[in-house]
Amino acid sequence: MYTLSASPHIHSNLSVKKIMWDVIIALVPALGMGIYFFGTQVLYPVVISIFTALITEAIISKIRGHKTISNGSGIVTGLLLAMIIPPGVPLWLPAVGTACAIILGKEVFGGLGRNIFNPALIGRAILVASWPGFMTTWLAPQPGWFRRIDAETCATPLAIVKLNLVQELPSHWSLFVGNVGGCIGETSAFALLLGAIFLFIRKRISWHTPVSYIGCVALLSWIFGRNGLFTGDALFSMLSGGLILGAFFMATDYVTTPITPKGKIIFGLGAGIIVVLIRLKGGYPEGVCYSILLMNAVTPLIDRWKWTIPKKFGKINA
Amino acid sequence: MNSSFHGGIHPEDFKNSTNTKKILNLLPPKKAIIPLQQHTGAVCKPLVNIGDIVKVGQKIGDAQAFISAPVHATISGKVVDISLMPHPLGTKVLSIIIESDEADTWAIEETKRDWKTLGSEQIKHIVREAGVVGLGGAMFPLHVKLSPPKNKKIDTYILNGAECEPFLTADHRLMLEYAKQVVIGLKILMKATGVKKGIIGIEQNKPDALKKITDEINKESDTDVDIMALKVKYPQGAEKQLIKALLKREVPSGGLPMDVGVIVSNVGTSFAVYESVVERKPLVERIVTVTGGGIRNPQNLRVRIGTPFSNLIEACEGVKEEIGKIIMGGPMMGIAQHTADVPVIKGTSGILVQTKDEICDELEKCCIRCGNCSSVCPMKILPNVITNSIKNDRFEHAKEYGLLDCMECGACTYVCPARIPIVQYIKYGKTQLRKF
Repeated sequence: MYTLSASPHIHSNLSVKKIMWDVIIALVPALGMGIYFFGTQVLYPVVISIFTALITEAIISKIRGHKTISNGSGIVTGLLLAMIIPPGVPLWLPAVGTACAIILGKEVFGGLGRNIFNPALIGRAILVASWPGFMTTWLAPQPGWFRRIDAETCATPLAIVKLNLVQELPSHWSLFVGNVGGCIGETSAFALLLGAIFLFIRKRISWHTPVSYIGCVALLSWIFGRNGLFTGDALFSMLSGGLILGAFFMATDYVTTPITPKGKIIFGLGAGIIVVLIRLKGGYPEGVCYSILLMNAVTPLIDRWKWTIPKKFGKINA
Repeated sequence: MNSSFHGGIHPEDFKNSTNTKKILNLLPPKKAIIPLQQHTGAVCKPLVNIGDIVKVGQKIGDAQAFISAPVHATISGKVVDISLMPHPLGTKVLSIIIESDEADTWAIEETKRDWKTLGSEQIKHIVREAGVVGLGGAMFPLHVKLSPPKNKKIDTYILNGAECEPFLTADHRLMLEYAKQVVIGLKILMKATGVKKGIIGIEQNKPDALKKITDEINKESDTDVDIMALKVKYPQGAEKQLIKALLKREVPSGGLPMDVGVIVSNVGTSFAVYESVVERKPLVERIVTVTGGGIRNPQNLRVRIGTPFSNLIEACEGVKEEIGKIIMGGPMMGIAQHTADVPVIKGTSGILVQTKDEICDELEKCCIRCGNCSSVCPMKILPNVITNSIKNDRFEHAKEYGLLDCMECGACTYVCPARIPIVQYIKYGKTQLRKF
C-alpha cells in the first residue's frame, strides 16, 4: 500500500529552525560591534547564555519528554539575553538570566509557540529587578579589535539625560555606530539595521511594528521635549538605548506579538507610547524592555479585536 | 495585461518534464472500470446488466435527478461485473466493469453537427446526454451550470486555462494541440447561455498556448472572446481568484460565480463540449498528465475513462524506484491513492507519482504565529486562528474567522514552517460544523 495523506503533497522548505537561524545570523553584526567597542570579554556572557539556554532546554525536554532543542529558539533566546545586559557583568548573571528566560519566560507556558512574553525580555526584567546594581553599571566603549578593555565605567546617553548629569551627550554619529555606553548588543544602530535589512529581505519580519514603534517614539519625543513642546531631539531618542534592537528583534517576535498587519501597528504604537512615558515620567532612563513586555500582555486582546482582522475575500461592505 | 489577486504562493512548477511532450493516445484498456459516480450530485443507476454487450459511447448509467450526469461505456465488449470498486476519491463506488472485445466499435454517428443551428436548450440537452462535467477536477455537471436561475444575469463566460497546479500540463497541451476546438467550445458555451462576452485566462508561463489561442481567436471575426495573461502563482485557477484577477469582481462570501454574472469552465470542459456537440462524442476519454519524480518517462496521455492508473504508469515506462505516493491530481490539491488499480475518472487531470524521498512526513510542531499562512491565503482568512479554534473544539469561533470561506487550496499548509496540516484541520472543522 502506498502512503496516504492529505494534500498538499509538497511543502516549502521553510522551517522553524531556518527562521531561528536567520535571526541568529541577523544578530551577528551587532554582536561584532559589541566586541569591537567593549572587548573580547563580552564573548563570555554570550557563550554562557547560549550554553545555559541549551542545557536548560535539554533538561526540560527530558522532563517533559518532547524534543525542541534542535529548533534554534533556545540559541536565539540566549543570544538576545546576552545582548541586552551590560558588558562587564559577573558571569553568573547571564546564566541566571537565561535560565529564568527559558524556564519562566517560555517553558512554564508550554514551550515555544505558547509563551505570552518575550523570553529574553523576561530574563532581563528579572535581572534588572534582582540585581539593579550590576544591570546599571556600564563599560565605557573603547574601539579596537581583539583585546580586553579595562573596566572604566560611564553613563548611557539616556542616563545622562534622565539624571541631568553634567556630561556632554554623545553625537548622533557615535550613537549610530555604537560608540556609547550601553548593553552588549544594543549600542550600534548601524549594525542592528544591517541585521534588520537581512530579515526584511528574507521576509522574516514586516515593516509594521518597527516603523510604527520607532516612529511613535520619535514623534512623541520631539513633541514632548525637555525645553517645551516640539523641542525634543527625535533622532537622539531613536538611536539611544535599546529601541532599535527591541523594535526589530523583539517587538517582531512572532509568538508574542499580533499576527495581523493592523495589530502589529497597534503593538508598535502602544510600545512607543510606553517607552516615551517611561523615559520622561518613569523611574528608569530606558523603557524598551517594559514597553514590549506590557504590549506582549495585550497581544491576545489585539488579536481578538475585530478591527485588526483583515477583510475576508468576498466580504464586500462587511 | 498581468492580472492577479491577493495572496498565493510560488512553488516550483516542475512542468518541464511534460510541457513539450505531445499528447499520446493510449490504447483502450483490456478492462475498464466505470464508476457510476463521476460527478457532484446523485449517483447513477446502471442501465445494463451483467453479460450485456456494449459499444463505445453507449450510455450505461444515468439518474433522474437534475444534478447528476450519465456515464458511458468507454470500450466495446461485455459487461462482466457490476460491483463496488475502489474510487479515486477514496470510497468504494458501484462500478460497471467491461471486458474489451478489442474491436473498439463505437455507438455514435460519424457526421458532424453544425452547432450554429442549435438552440440553447438543445445544446444543454446534448452536453447532459454526453455526460459532460467540469473537467478541472470539481466534476460539477455542466448542464446544471449552464442553467442559472432566471434572476442571475450572466454577462461573461470565463474559460480557465490557468493550470496553476505544479507538474500538470494536460490543459497546456490541450490548448496547444486543440486550440481551435477549445475556442469553438467556448462559443458553443456562450451560445448555450446567451452570454456575449468570453474570456480565456492563461498563466504567463505558457506563452506558446497564449499565442496559439490568440491566433485562433483572431481567425474568427465574429466573436467577442478575449484572451488574458495571468500572473504565475497558485491558486490562480481557483474560480473566485480567477474572476477577481480577470474582472476585478469579488464573488461574495458563500456565493457562486453567477452572483457576479460569471460562469467559469475549464478549457478541458470546453473541448469536451466541442466533441459532444460537433462530433457527437460522449465524454469517454480525457487527457491526463502522468508525471512526478517516480515516473520513468512522464507523458501527457489521452486515455479512456475507466482505465486503471496502473495502465497509465506502465505506458510511461513504469516507476523508477520504490514509490511512496500515487496522487490523483496535482501536488497541491490532489488525492493520495492506496492502490494503482483505481480507474481514471472524468476529473482525473493528472497522476503524480512521488518517490519515498519526495514525501514530506515531518511531524507537526507548535504554531509560532509567524503569520505566513494568513499572508498567502487567497481568501484572506486567518488559517492559524481557525486551526487553533478547531483544536479546542470551538467550531463556531472558527466559522467567525472564515472557516467556511476556505477553499482548501493548501497554500497555508505549503508555507507553514511548523508543518501543521492546516487544511486537514479545516476539513475536519467543516465536517464538525455541519454536524451541529
